[in-house]
Amino acid sequence: MPQTLDQGQGGQRPDPSVDETDLLSRLRAGDDVAFEELVRTYSPRLLAVARRIMGTDEDARDVIQDAFLNAFRSVKNFHGDARLSTWLHRIVVNSALMKLRTRKRKPEESIEPLLPSFLADGHYAEKFSSWGEQADEAVSRTETQELVRGRIDELPESFRTVLVLRDIEGLDTEEAARVLETTPNAVKIRLHRARAALRTLLAPHLGRGEL
Amino acid sequence: MKCRECDEFLVDYVAGELPLDVLATFELHLSRCRNCRAYLDQYRATIEAGKTACDAYKAGLRMPEELIQAILAAKPKAPS
Repeated sequence: MPQTLDQGQGGQRPDPSVDETDLLSRLRAGDDVAFEELVRTYSPRLLAVARRIMGTDEDARDVIQDAFLNAFRSVKNFHGDARLSTWLHRIVVNSALMKLRTRKRKPEESIEPLLPSFLADGHYAEKFSSWGEQADEAVSRTETQELVRGRIDELPESFRTVLVLRDIEGLDTEEAARVLETTPNAVKIRLHRARAALRTLLAPHLGRGEL
Repeated sequence: MKCRECDEFLVDYVAGELPLDVLATFELHLSRCRNCRAYLDQYRATIEAGKTACDAYKAGLRMPEELIQAILAAKPKAPS
């Protein structure tokens, strides 16, 4: 049974002293040591990206393996027109999306029950109140962060993917649309619904009186 | 503008991408509707909570050694 990915104290970080130009030239020369350096330097953050998109540790492990092998195969075609870390990030995102597309899909659960409803006159059916500073305070705690990530994992796949790419990984609408093979407008609609659904899932935990 | 329309414009508003004419109407509605202001606050807090939680995960995640070894073992050997 696969182990859960370890949240250590600090984890491995990309080494700021890594000379990307030197590393790239050694990679292109087929240097095994350079490939190991690449994996050890960049994999922790990339594994986290894969984990958020895929929703499970096991799928994230498969994605990260595929992504590094793809990187190894295509490094000769990479001319350094982006940072190495950016290039690897794109490979991981594409590998993850490819895996989601090719695996047997279960019908997705409807997100509608998690969206706000409206009265006939166009007003929200529910009364809201600001979460205020208590929400910020709660989110600074490790256990709340874990809860938030768990709720993101609960979102239906097509909504979770957009939310992760836009709000977590910082892709812009155009780029998210390109990698998801959809239109910018479809990205905006899905992103809005994903945020609204996540808000509903977080409200019992971040709202006043629930802390 | 009603709350329902206001809701539909939230994604562009938060991104700072609402056209100026719509922005004026949107902000006029916000100034008059406490419920929409509160919803916008929760919407923004949701985005921030997701980012904070996932950034913390990224910063703390350890790459399992056996996964590193599996990747290295699967790499084709470079021609000598």
